Amino acid sequence: MMSIKTSAFLICLLSPCGYHMRTSQIKPFVLSLSKHEWLDLTWIFNPSILRQAQDERIKNQWVGRCAHAVAPYGRGLGRATAAALCFIALLAPFAACAETALSGFVQQNTAFNTVASNPDGPHYKWLEERVQLKLDASEGAWRLLAKGDLALDHLGRRDESELREGYLDYSGGNWDLRIGRQVITWGLGDLVFVNDVFPKDYEALFAGRPLEYLKRGTDALKLGAYPDFASFELVAAPNFRPSRTPDPGRFRLYDPMPGVANRETDTPGGGEWGLRIYRDVAGWDAALYLYHGFQRTPSMRSDSMTMPTKITYFYPELSLYGASLSGRVGEGVLSLEAAYYDSRQDQTGADFTVPNSQTRLLAGYQIQPVEDLSLGLQYYAEHMHDYPAYRAALPAGFPVDDRLNHTVTLRVTQLLMHQTLRLSAYAAHNANTGDQFINPEARYSFTDRVWGAVGANLFSGKPWGQFGQLSNDDNVYLQMRYEF
Amino acid sequence: MKRWWIRIIVALLPLVLASQAWAFTGEEVMRKSQAAFLYPGKDFKARVVMKLINKDGQERVREMTMLRKNTGDAGGDQKYFMYFFQPADVKEMAFMIHKYPARDDDRWMFIPAINMVKRIAAQDKRSSFVGSDFTYEDVSGRDIEDDTHALEREEKVGSRDCYVVKSTPKGADADFGSKTTWVDKANFLPLKEEQSDKKGARYKQFSADEVTNVKSIPTVVKRTMKNLQTGHRTEVAYLKTDYDLGIEDSLFSERFLRQPPRKWVE
Repeated sequence: MMSIKTSAFLICLLSPCGYHMRTSQIKPFVLSLSKHEWLDLTWIFNPSILRQAQDERIKNQWVGRCAHAVAPYGRGLGRATAAALCFIALLAPFAACAETALSGFVQQNTAFNTVASNPDGPHYKWLEERVQLKLDASEGAWRLLAKGDLALDHLGRRDESELREGYLDYSGGNWDLRIGRQVITWGLGDLVFVNDVFPKDYEALFAGRPLEYLKRGTDALKLGAYPDFASFELVAAPNFRPSRTPDPGRFRLYDPMPGVANRETDTPGGGEWGLRIYRDVAGWDAALYLYHGFQRTPSMRSDSMTMPTKITYFYPELSLYGASLSGRVGEGVLSLEAAYYDSRQDQTGADFTVPNSQTRLLAGYQIQPVEDLSLGLQYYAEHMHDYPAYRAALPAGFPVDDRLNHTVTLRVTQLLMHQTLRLSAYAAHNANTGDQFINPEARYSFTDRVWGAVGANLFSGKPWGQFGQLSNDDNVYLQMRYEF
Repeated sequence: MKRWWIRIIVALLPLVLASQAWAFTGEEVMRKSQAAFLYPGKDFKARVVMKLINKDGQERVREMTMLRKNTGDAGGDQKYFMYFFQPADVKEMAFMIHKYPARDDDRWMFIPAINMVKRIAAQDKRSSFVGSDFTYEDVSGRDIEDDTHALEREEKVGSRDCYVVKSTPKGADADFGSKTTWVDKANFLPLKEEQSDKKGARYKQFSADEVTNVKSIPTVVKRTMKNLQTGHRTEVAYLKTDYDLGIEDSLFSERFLRQPPRKWVE
């Protein structure tokens, strides 16, 4: 797969169907998360591309119709919020006869630019107040969960409110079912995604938003089966939901064709499915992963190589075959993960604008050398499979990705004051490009209901590199939340 | 002749009985104490409310359901499941521990914010349990073989007769230099424990504040651990305590870590 550095470049390709242009995919951003020792937040982050249409809407028709009906009563709330309210209202009868709990939070979130203002002017990467309401109802083997956000964005967005999650669970003897919008996380890595193919919000990561906003829900049916010999998790999603990439209005992303204003996104019409099989193998947590769907972040093509007037973003077809292992080694926990990314729209590797098929490998080791201090080290590699074809097709003048790309990450977390103060730092270094990302954070729980965090996102590297292109987007962020 | 033998036996009987009372070594007392304190029943459930109180009296509350299942005899393997209700930012978080007496535990954690199950490093047995004055070992037990145990004397704690056992770590892994435990002679529950740091200074003090019978099993339902050096203390109440509920082995799995059954965690 091509590295993020080339993602910023528009690449021209002569195909039998005519000229078209695409960006390559990006190398994984290896990013930071908040972390608590007993809330040891570790996950992985997948390749992304730095541009994508922002008008993600709920595609589900009935939700859409409901939203339309409610809209007059929810002026300014946004369609997604109305949909969330609909979802809750439709299931209210169930909730009424079940054991229910209502909870949520009120939150302020600010991120200041420290180097330069946004491309569209403001000095903030993020500036909003947000309320989340969560309804959790259960009755026998059934459970309903609905989690919706109302947000007031001060930087001009009107559609930040959304249904974060909304699903119905049924739990049988050795099987269960979940249907609706749900967050699904696969794999083992800490902000390096190998087998976690599900949607993320990369903008949230860059803009200093709290942890849970780094994952987006998938609208899917998930079937779990738990016979004695292994556990199975089958996910089927009728509609593809992409990852959210940073808004070019807020982040100074390299744009190879700034003069082309006409841009559209071609979202896949088909669905996607995935299967995870897992069990204990001699004291190790072992898992196999299969996925068929699409790259979660878009590639792009233009209508003409010489005189482009329109750019189309699209999501190349993808199949994934992966595995992971996790277990105790010495004093710590060793995590190993591997996956083969089969690029279905570029089987020969000669179409350099679609990500090349590749193998991804991850080795991670986590240890707690002294009380309340945790260290996590990771090595991550990507190997491009059809490298000669890629090189042969790559036009002169474009930066060349290496066949093998290496990234190392380090996370240090120290808990203090009876684990109410957490100091953490995450750093990622790409050995091929020298790009770096550093995220220090201090988080303090003022009371059991109020916590605040201050942190920074610091990027450096080559101007076209995976983090270097964001070096003018350094920011310091504040989060303050009251939970009820 | 026969009467002569009987007289001898009768005369020696009190001595035999008395020596039996002294027959326990420090290690045996601690082994029995561990069985009574951490292993009773085939399984166990409690709603645990921990109050973390600083020297100025400010409180923080940690509330969870704790489930335990023994997979062997007392002193053998155990499985723990903990599901959090408070504080708000860890609500629905769950921990699973597979505890082995002779080697490091296996631990997993479910992080609801990102719906992820993660195995976590477990060598930090002496580290604080959720920020409290209790360590993981205080909650789920310390291996008897990790310390040498000397029965020092007998002494009353309140109205209860106790064995007093001094335990000294064999290795350097402990955060304490030694600890002295007052073990109830009748039910072998630890009623008091005093820890000294490695310099010999008074460090932490445990007390069993309330003992009740649950299904005829004497159970410490209120306990306190106080750090004598900082003035910080943790008061713990075990509510809705119960034994032998028939907790399935399958509960201790990734499936239920992600979606704990209401009947077990509520």
